[in-house]
Amino acid sequence: MRLINRKPSRATAFFLGMAPFVAAIVAYAVASHYRRLDNPADKLLPSLPDMAAAFSRMAFTPDRRSGDLLLWMDTFDSLERLAAGMGVAVVLALSLGILIGFIPNARSSLAPFIATFSLIPPITILPILFIIFGLGELSKIMLIVVGTAPVMIRSVAQSVMEIPRELIIKAETLGASVWQMMVRVVLPQILPKLITAIRLGLVPAWIFLISAEAIASTSGLGYRIFLVRRYLAMDVILPYVVWITLLAFILDRLLLMASRRAFPWHHLQGESL
Amino acid sequence: MSTQPKVSVRNVAKIYDGTVVLERLDLDIAAGALCTIVGASSCGKSTFLRMLLSQEVPSRGEILIDGEKLPPEPTPDRGIVFQRYSVFPHLTVEENLMLSAEFDAAPLTGRLFGSKRAAARDAVTETLERIGLAQARKRYPTQLSGGMQQRLAIAQALLKKPKILLLDEPFGALDPGIRADMQELLIELWKELSMTIFMVTHDIHEAFKLGTRVLVFDKIRHDPDAPDRWGATITYDLPLDRAGVQTIPDAGALFALKNTTRGDVPHA
Ligand SMILES: Nc1ncnc2c1ncn2[C@@H]1O[C@H](COP(=O)(O)OP(=O)(O)OP(=O)(O)O)[C@@H](O)[C@H]1O
Ligand SMILES: [Mg+2]
Repeated sequence: MRLINRKPSRATAFFLGMAPFVAAIVAYAVASHYRRLDNPADKLLPSLPDMAAAFSRMAFTPDRRSGDLLLWMDTFDSLERLAAGMGVAVVLALSLGILIGFIPNARSSLAPFIATFSLIPPITILPILFIIFGLGELSKIMLIVVGTAPVMIRSVAQSVMEIPRELIIKAETLGASVWQMMVRVVLPQILPKLITAIRLGLVPAWIFLISAEAIASTSGLGYRIFLVRRYLAMDVILPYVVWITLLAFILDRLLLMASRRAFPWHHLQGESL
Repeated sequence: MSTQPKVSVRNVAKIYDGTVVLERLDLDIAAGALCTIVGASSCGKSTFLRMLLSQEVPSRGEILIDGEKLPPEPTPDRGIVFQRYSVFPHLTVEENLMLSAEFDAAPLTGRLFGSKRAAARDAVTETLERIGLAQARKRYPTQLSGGMQQRLAIAQALLKKPKILLLDEPFGALDPGIRADMQELLIELWKELSMTIFMVTHDIHEAFKLGTRVLVFDKIRHDPDAPDRWGATITYDLPLDRAGVQTIPDAGALFALKNTTRGDVPHA
């Protein structure tokens, strides 16, 4: 049989999927082992048990100075910023995206501006944000908004424009006002695509969150890894990176599950990643 | 019935980017007619319906309804069933049917709640039974067969009691048995609601079986050097005495039609 027609069974698919992870961990363990044979005090590739110990210290032993459980505090602070930033971005994406996608006059007036704005590398705006909003929470949240909203607005607007014209016309013949079409036809049709846009927007959102925390913050996951970098504490940094990745993965899966539950009609039409 | 035609089409032409699609359309349609439209593929049948719906504006000429100019946008007095995308995929069968009542009753939310919603749901029950979808009322359109979807689309279009109903190949994708049932349903509803219907079909037999008037669209003028120069127009306009004629009345007419609808000879 040709390769394109050979489909793995569930079990095979699982093992195929796990293999690269296992390979990476084994490769790491071997490399770490040989480095520490040379120099038992090596900090660059700490052993797996060392990392587990450091991670559990961050998670379960109260910090000596503040008495906080650092991992959970960092996680909570970072997720709070991420949620605030994405929340604002979602509101902007929905309101402006629907306007641009649905109302031709709004499209003419806003689309070129948003398209231009989305080309500004967000990180270049960070100093401006710090100057305007100070070093507090607001500038970090704004960075996430600036970094994710333009793309999300455009993706929502695009989804609105992809709604078959027939459906809009049908709503008109059923006596709907523009507002009613927005809330009963356009909004529900794009919500599943909004979730996709959020899932894609979360990728840059994490980047901007970590960057902002690294530059100006006193808490958060990004703050922590850049703080302990000074002591070359790879035993903390590496588990933190894995933890951040895990959080991002869980968020993504939760959104996908929410979408499947809330919009069965959308997922009936064909599978999505 | 007054002598005023329901729909008058006056010297209408439609030109897309220099391509003449339709030209010199002139006709008066009496109220209550069931006007079937046949013609070769891409000769402009759907374009004609879109103009009747105000989805497109004629490039020349004008269309009048009851002697008045068409409004510039689609309105509830003209219902439409498209061949595809006619029902809302994000609403269940009964929600699709409740939608227009919700638009009427709730200007701000477009949605009914509580006892009002229950009342609206009861109100569509009869319709659901009529179109045989009572069992499927909680299903989404993608979970319905093609015939069920089209029944839903027709029922939905009729909810606003439009005076004019536009159907674009509504039964095109259905198998012959279901198609016959659907035709029966349509005729029943048409008689009951005294609408004027325009129905595009690829099937000449269907056109003659259902129509009180059959319009054939075709290009009569060709310029080999400038194929965009001339558009299609109405080449045959055959009023039939009554609906329900089972077969095409005369072989000569059929022969003529076969020639005019090149390549679209029905298989049935
Ligand atoms: N929006 C548009 N812009 C440009 N050309 C168009 C547009 N809509 C339709 N046309 C052209 O007009 C012609 C008629 O299209 P129309 O859809 O009315 O054909 P039809 O008779 O309904 O065909 P079919 O039987 O295949 O549905 C086609 O050649 C098409 O390419
Ligand atoms: Mg067509």
